[in-house]
Amino acid sequence: MGKTVNKVGKKTSIFDIILYLVMAVIIIITVYPFYSQVIISVSSTEDVYKTGLILWPSSIDFSGWKIMMGYRTIWGSYLNTVLRVLVGTSFSVLVTALFAYPLSKSYLPFRQFFTSLVFITMFFGGGLIPNYLLMKNLNLINSFWVMILPGLITGYNVFIMRNFFMGIPDSLEESAKIDGASDLLIFFKIIIPMSKPVLATVALWVGVGHWQEWFSNLLYIDDSKKWVIMMVARKILIDQDFGSMAEATRNLGMGILKGSSNEVQIRACVITATVLPMLFVYPFIQKYFVKGVNLGAIKG
Amino acid sequence: MEDAVPKQHSRMKHYRKQPLNSFQPKRQDSIWKRVKKHRGLLALMIPGLIAFIIFNYVPMYGITLAFKEFQIRKGIMGSEWVGLKWFERIIQDPYMRVVLLNTLKISLLKLVIGFPVPILFALLLNEIRSVKYMKLVQTVSYLPNFISWVVLAGIFFSIFSVNGPINALVQMFGGKPRIFLSEQSSFVPILVFTDIWKGFGWGSIIYIASIAGIDPGLYEAARIDGASRLKCALHITLPCLVPVITIQLTLQIGGLLNAGFDQIFNMYNASVMRVADVIDTYVYRLGMINREYSYATAVGLMNSIVAILLIWIANRAAKAAGNNYTLW
Repeated sequence: MGKTVNKVGKKTSIFDIILYLVMAVIIIITVYPFYSQVIISVSSTEDVYKTGLILWPSSIDFSGWKIMMGYRTIWGSYLNTVLRVLVGTSFSVLVTALFAYPLSKSYLPFRQFFTSLVFITMFFGGGLIPNYLLMKNLNLINSFWVMILPGLITGYNVFIMRNFFMGIPDSLEESAKIDGASDLLIFFKIIIPMSKPVLATVALWVGVGHWQEWFSNLLYIDDSKKWVIMMVARKILIDQDFGSMAEATRNLGMGILKGSSNEVQIRACVITATVLPMLFVYPFIQKYFVKGVNLGAIKG
Repeated sequence: MEDAVPKQHSRMKHYRKQPLNSFQPKRQDSIWKRVKKHRGLLALMIPGLIAFIIFNYVPMYGITLAFKEFQIRKGIMGSEWVGLKWFERIIQDPYMRVVLLNTLKISLLKLVIGFPVPILFALLLNEIRSVKYMKLVQTVSYLPNFISWVVLAGIFFSIFSVNGPINALVQMFGGKPRIFLSEQSSFVPILVFTDIWKGFGWGSIIYIASIAGIDPGLYEAARIDGASRLKCALHITLPCLVPVITIQLTLQIGGLLNAGFDQIFNMYNASVMRVADVIDTYVYRLGMINREYSYATAVGLMNSIVAILLIWIANRAAKAAGNNYTLW
């Protein structure tokens, strides 16, 4: 101890030990709910009803996953979701950046007007019914675009991007302007390459939003072939509507689902199948999200 | 920011040999000249502008429904005006009082119990010595925020089910198994707990970032004076977080009427309706199930007006409290 300059800084105290334990408990509480579902999804139907904290499957049984494999609606909805995430994210980022860049210029005519126009949308909107009627009037009911267009651009994302663009020195654009470059050219050749951090953040933000969203499907899309994964998951997990899923089991000769122990297993499979993709990309995208929160903390 | 204006213009127009103060508003080009000059820039905004107008401002026009008797054949424009009919109904609707009280109860509980959790968590994280362990805890704690409430509700149905781990713990301590999610006494606490569970890690990011920005010199000085870690946390870290805490609190108060639609809509059921039904879920059923478009719009409008008032009041209060850390 003699050498430590900082008395309070180095010694491991009882407090440190308690802190480590508390954090370990937090990790367990956070992870266990997900973990338990993975275990149930591969447990035999007799074991899914076993009371208690499940730590390890006492038997391995993939019959739930076999039913999942035969359930076409799920795989179709995966495709719909991927398409939605890709199209929705790229359109959103492009339109938002195109809008935010001019807004970052102090010499933009009507700048204050545009800023207010965006600001108001952050606090006030039409609400459920006017939106629903609008989609109906625009003929967007049962259309893929009903998932993309309404959320195409949001005030929050505009301001985050605008704030970032404001930090890019004007001198870079000026020399291009003197060379006769158009605003569009400057935007794509100078601004976009310099703004990768904020573009990545907003893209991931929008992308994860699309991945999680289901309410637009509930409101506007009746055709289950067009549903995204979360909507299909909602049908099974919340409404306990196994409709076409029951059919998949019949084809496999596996009896009916509802109310049976099969149901518990299937539900766990659905949960696992919807959490896993996020779990795979999560470690890579997490840091951009954190960056985004900090970008947003800058007062607009 | 401010001085970017003269700089930009002076470079572009230096050949005109204008005096430095030529950028006063009076001598500025007329607005139409400026529009013409920056038309390329304005053109970039067109797609976003159209989207904002169609998907944000056109629905605002639809709010007139709240003052009309909506008839599908006649559309929003053709339907007849009925004045404040629907707002009178709001006042007379006994169920409105139930959902309003439920909304306030649930969101106040979430605010009072949930608000300090991320702050406390950030303070504790800051005390972890091992950077690796800290990163691990952080990463894990953000995870639930990335999972949709649909899936989380599915998970909690399992966790709180009769055969689930919570009931196993209850039985271990000699209790009787209960159907937690169908009992009025336990549903709201579960809402509050699961909401905190989902959001505390994510909510702590903003505090962690602020803590990282605190001048380390402050801690060194305090340590030389013999301050303990607890004292450092209470007298240095916490006061440095006041600005962020104020802004977060303002935002949360502004959202008091939003009790968490995604969560409740996915978790509630008929037996807990009395305690779990909130304004947003009521509006959804009024509009989409009962097809009472006008009434649902009126309730929604009242909701968003009160929400704006709340955020304005909260921001005012933050200003009155004498700090500059306000939303606007």
